[in-house]
Parts: sequence; structure tokens; C-alpha cells
Amino acid sequence: MKEAVHIGKNPSAEPDLQDLMGSVALGDQQAFAGLYDVVAGPVIGVVRGVLRDQAQSEEVAQEVLVEVWRSAARYRRERGSVINWVLTLAHQRAVDRVRSVEASAAREHRAALLDHAPEYDEVTEQVEARLEREQVRRCLRTLTELQRQSVTLAYYRGLTYREVAESLALPLGTVKTRLRDGLIRLRDCLGVTA
Amino acid sequence: MSTVDLHTLTGAYALHALSDEERGAFERHAADCEACAREALELSETAARLGLAVSVSSPSALKSRVMRRITAVRQDSPRVVPLTRPPGGGIRARRLSRWALAACVAGVAAFGGTTVWQYERAQDASEQARRSERRTDAIAAVLAASDARTAGAELAGGARGTVVVSKSRDEAVFIASGMAAPPSGKVYQLWFDDGGTMRSAGLMDSHRTAEAVLLEGAVDGASGMGITVEPAGGSAEPTSDPVALMTFPA
Repeated sequence: MKEAVHIGKNPSAEPDLQDLMGSVALGDQQAFAGLYDVVAGPVIGVVRGVLRDQAQSEEVAQEVLVEVWRSAARYRRERGSVINWVLTLAHQRAVDRVRSVEASAAREHRAALLDHAPEYDEVTEQVEARLEREQVRRCLRTLTELQRQSVTLAYYRGLTYREVAESLALPLGTVKTRLRDGLIRLRDCLGVTA
Repeated sequence: MSTVDLHTLTGAYALHALSDEERGAFERHAADCEACAREALELSETAARLGLAVSVSSPSALKSRVMRRITAVRQDSPRVVPLTRPPGGGIRARRLSRWALAACVAGVAAFGGTTVWQYERAQDASEQARRSERRTDAIAAVLAASDARTAGAELAGGARGTVVVSKSRDEAVFIASGMAAPPSGKVYQLWFDDGGTMRSAGLMDSHRTAEAVLLEGAVDGASGMGITVEPAGGSAEPTSDPVALMTFPA
């Protein structure tokens, strides 16, 4: 993929984002343009990873970004960082889209999805190739193989933990635990606090 | 599902990897489990870092489209905001867990999901003009309502406030007399008191010291109202202590 990799703003620049959000909530379009420049790249990246379809991804990313504008006043800093708020929305919307498509396409699509699941290596490779943040890449490597596969399938592909379990042929309980302890290890490695 | 099982769902929850049913069960559990809510928030922030790591360049055409669209999209007003930060201790912890939990779905539920475009509507000028006319009529209608109930209060500096509530119309009017003009660059903002959390009910005209204002929005069970001094244009949530708090008449 020849896509230019865009270096996202470091989350430590969060105070600026919070100020921007405050202005956006009061209808400041200039401030929204500034916020857009910071969040659009990650939003598209997350949505595209889950949907894997250029046209649909852009459509969903656009919905998400407009929704950020519309709902800015709902953002509360005590509920987490701006980037988390925006990316949670993006991920949720992408996952909603995938699952609604699945629901309508019913079982054969689901079967196809699981057939493709062994692609996780490719997913992970692609993701890792595009990781712009050395730290995230390094921290992902500190996870066990199972943790890393579970977390990346769930986040980057938008699979439910049941689907992760099926595609890796693991018991449900194991996947639940791997998702949690994998993320905990990442959290500690990245020094994330809430 | 046992409590222990629910607690182990923090990771799957943060990654949106639960079914709707399981998500509901987890949220009910986390509402009373500070540790779970805290962990879910932290793991959600961690997942966001995974998202940041796959940032791509954004097509400039998309930015133009989004910037064009937002000019026609009406922004939501904040639904529920706390009046004051709790001073710490137990109340704070309780409240934090609810906030933290809400963060994990990042207000996704509140966004209203499927109907992304439903609020979208161009606001034309004639609509604005008609609105001010309707507001005057609405004030009169509340004051004249057969079930209008009134409560009065002394405000700071010898000002007097009266609030009139009509249950059948689900509306309230605030009447002020002798209020000091707000400091330069500030306005008085009105709030509905929803059991301790404040919901914006609009601004007062800063050039008048006596005024009847229709509170914006439905009373919707609010127990009273408050007034704060805010920067011009108003705030999404109160940024100062209230200059007045009034309980609605029963």
C-alpha cells in the first residue's frame, strides 16, 4: 500500500484538543477544522481497518466526523480524552456497520468472514507496517501471541469475542481473558492512565 | 453470568467485542463497580492508542465535504451536566463510575446511532424571526395556563425572581426584576435542575434588568432552576457557582 503514513498528533497534546472541543461545542467552525486535522487521519484508519472497503469507509468516516461536530457538547473531559471519545465513536460506528451488513447477509457471509479469519497474520502485518508510533509497535510485541491476535482481531477487524474465539479455535473464556490481560499489558507498557 | 465473569469483560467491552445483551449486562454491573468502570475506561484509552497507530492521511476532498456539511448541521445542546464538581469522597466515587462508564461507550448511546442525519436541517432566517414571536406567545400561554403555579425568591443584590411553571404545557417562565447587569462580556444563563444536574435553559438578555424569559426546553420533571454568570454566548455546562437556585412550585 502506497499510502502516505501520517504522523498523528501525540496524545500528550490533549489540553489543546480539550480547548478545541470546548470551542467546537459552542459552534466554532474554525476550531472544528483544527480538530478535524488532528482526528481525521486516525478516524479513517480505524474505520478502514474494520470495513476494508474504501467507499464504505469514507462514508462512515464522514458520518463520524459530522457527528463529532453535532455532538461536541456531549463530550466530558472526566469521561476520558478527546481522542478516545472520537475514536471510540469511529470504532463503534464501523463495527455497527459491519455487523448490520452481517445480519442482513446472514450466515453465508458470516461463514465467509470466518473463512477469512486466518488472514489475521496479514492484518497484523499490515497494521504493524503502518504503525506510526514506535511505542505502540514495541508494546504490541510485548504481548503473547494469543493476546496480540485476540486484541488485533477484535480492534482492527471489529470481531466480537465470540468470533475471535471461533476463528482462533479457542474457548470463549480464554479469549475474554486474553482480551483483558492483553489490553492491560498494553496499557501498562504505554503508560495509559485514565 | 457471575460477577467475576462480568469483571473480566472489561477488555471485550473496551474493544466493542460484546453482543448488545452482554454489553448491557456489563454496564449494569459497572454502574456499581468503580474498579470495573475505571478499568474499562483505561482499556478504552488504550484501544484508542491502537487507533492512533493506524492513522492514515485524510483525503482533502473529505475535509471539504465535512466542512460543508457541518454548516447545515444543527449542534446538540448538552443533555445533562453536573452543576458543581462534587467535593470528593463517596459521592464523587459514585459519580465517577457512571461518567467513566459512559465514556467507554463514549456517548455512543447518547449519539442516537441510526438516525445520524435526523437533526440536520438548514436554519433559515424566517424561522428565526418566527421563533421570537412564538416565544412571546409562549410566555403568555404559560402565565395564563389554568395550572400555572408560581414561586418567588429574593435574589442577590435585592433583585427578585419569580418562576411560573405549567405542568400541562411542560414549560416554565422566569421573571426577573431589579437584577444587576452581568459583568462586561458575561451573560446570565438559566438552567433546569434535574435532581442536581444542570441542563441549559437558555440565556437572558444582558441589556435588560427586568425580563420574562421562557426557559428553553421542556421542564420534563426538573425540580427547579438555577442561574449562573457565564461568558458571552453561554456555556455547555455551568462554569461558576449559581447566583440563584429556585425550587419549582409543587
